[in-house]
Amino acid sequence: MTRRLVLGALVVVMVAVAGGVLNARSDVALKEQTLLNVSYDPTRELYQEYNAAFAKHWKGKTGEDVKIEQSHSGSSKQARAVIDGLEADVVTLALAYDIDAIAGKSGLLPKDWQSQLPRRSAPYTSTIVFLVRKGNPNTIKDWDDLIRPGIAVITPNPKTSGGARWNYLAAWGYALKKRGGDEAKARQFMTALYKNVPVLDSGARGATTTFVERGIGDVLINWENEVLLAVREFGADRFELVVPSVSILAEPPVAVVDAVAEQHGTLELARAYVDYLYSEEGQEIAAKHYYRPTLASVAAAHAARFPAVELFTIDAVFGGWQKAQTTHFDDGGLFDQIYQPGR
Amino acid sequence: MTADSSTRSTSPAADAGLRVAAPARARRRTILPGFGLTLAFTLAYLSLIVLIPLSATFVKASTLGWAQFWRVVTEPRSLASYRLSFGASFLGAAVNAVFGLVVAWVLVRYRFPGRRLLDALVDLPFALPTAVAGITLTTLCAPGGWVGRQLAPLGIKAAFSPLGVVIALTFIGLPFVVRTIQPVLQNLDAEIEEAAASLGASRWQTWRRVILPELWPALLTGIALAFARAVGEYGSVVFISGNMPMKTEITPLLIITKLDQYDYAGATAIGVFMLVVSFVLLLVINVLQWWSGRRAA
Repeated sequence: MTRRLVLGALVVVMVAVAGGVLNARSDVALKEQTLLNVSYDPTRELYQEYNAAFAKHWKGKTGEDVKIEQSHSGSSKQARAVIDGLEADVVTLALAYDIDAIAGKSGLLPKDWQSQLPRRSAPYTSTIVFLVRKGNPNTIKDWDDLIRPGIAVITPNPKTSGGARWNYLAAWGYALKKRGGDEAKARQFMTALYKNVPVLDSGARGATTTFVERGIGDVLINWENEVLLAVREFGADRFELVVPSVSILAEPPVAVVDAVAEQHGTLELARAYVDYLYSEEGQEIAAKHYYRPTLASVAAAHAARFPAVELFTIDAVFGGWQKAQTTHFDDGGLFDQIYQPGR
Repeated sequence: MTADSSTRSTSPAADAGLRVAAPARARRRTILPGFGLTLAFTLAYLSLIVLIPLSATFVKASTLGWAQFWRVVTEPRSLASYRLSFGASFLGAAVNAVFGLVVAWVLVRYRFPGRRLLDALVDLPFALPTAVAGITLTTLCAPGGWVGRQLAPLGIKAAFSPLGVVIALTFIGLPFVVRTIQPVLQNLDAEIEEAAASLGASRWQTWRRVILPELWPALLTGIALAFARAVGEYGSVVFISGNMPMKTEITPLLIITKLDQYDYAGATAIGVFMLVVSFVLLLVINVLQWWSGRRAA
């Protein structure tokens, strides 16, 4: 009898604890405003610092405390989570295509979201560059060197990684330009390039690990911010940055998820959060984490950090993300044809 | 407690007399009350945990229509991934069948210092997050790693090759085989072997005719579990496989790439196809088990 009592009591306690844990979030929400920023992998450090700075700015302006939560994973995984019901107030992803998908599939934000903030909703930009081993033993200078036989190139899988899609598009844009707009020749270039790729990691960070930690490959193609971070973390005595003659202007966009923020009552806060990314302080933090600032004054101050390179936009060469995605990355697209020719 | 002892006193005959409609064969008493009630719980629980999520995938896949469903699941790239996923899972389970059996035998039959430690080690692949397992194995097997360095001069590529996939799937499957065989071995008295020996059986005959038939059902279960786990494994494999389309791309990765293109229907189509194949394979193993059990009896 006593055992049954003890057991019963235990069950009651467990249920109470579980309930308490589940309720904890809503209790916090009552005391201070909470904002959830759903982002992609390499921005972790950037937003850690930015969140603290914004909380301070918001406190100074309104006297309110704000708690910002951040979530990081692959860009399209995050978009899918938001579509499936993750209540993000703000999304800051690797490509506009992923936010387009949220707008198109869930209707949580308007389809013209990209025109609601300055500079096509990209407060900071980046580009695609190379990382080689110290001394550049294979004298890799530009994209053409990557298709030389025997050069092992590390780049992640464009099917699963947003960064890898930028890599692919940068290479394609270069090849198209260099070969006078001949698409067949550009395709030959891409086939030769991916023939030199021994591993397709699932994400940009994974590719960095393969190149840096496992010592595989002669050159890594990656985000400029990721490459600069790798040089800083692992030492300039082991790796060197190589900037190609031409690359793509990568614009990782940000947006307020209107419907969710409205429901949370955080619309004003969420808008201020993304707006502040364009402020001088926000731009300084972006530059510190190796993202190219868009504010002229901050960009000028950090000009030495970001080498000059001729950049083209995805709209100019590919006619926007939607078109690039269907032509190149969807099943049966040009990327698949590299591995399954003759389809 | 009191209710229990009172029913125990009633004889089976009296019990049968109370239920006139019951068949002549005396009803077996069981500890849990009522077949109807327990079956209802069983069905409700299975529906909640297994059938509802599974039927949801079938519903989603059915949005494709038959022709398109078939086109998605029979694409060359999908076919290549099935070959790798099912083939590597089978190889991993087969390796574990042999070595898992040896491990279980040693752990049960011999007493030596450190046995309990070794026994606990067997469970590690269960407990380790699969990503950690994948990264560790990749570091070891990569050309510059401890294992990869030894294999490279022999021309063997351990990481970023189908072999790497087999290595990862062998790693995660080990506990399934060991843990299903262990209890059966524990119940198998060493006296049976002595009896066989005293009747003139050789070591091989004792093993082949006396021990293996006893272990066979458990071994099959272990293989089936290891295989099923390996077919669905994603976390550890993506690190070591290299993910090259047509070469080292496992089926779960193909599902993820489809999801990343927001192709939910295509992803579930492949998922459903995998489910059906796995179900058929597991069913075959179950039938095999039933058949060998009957033959032994």
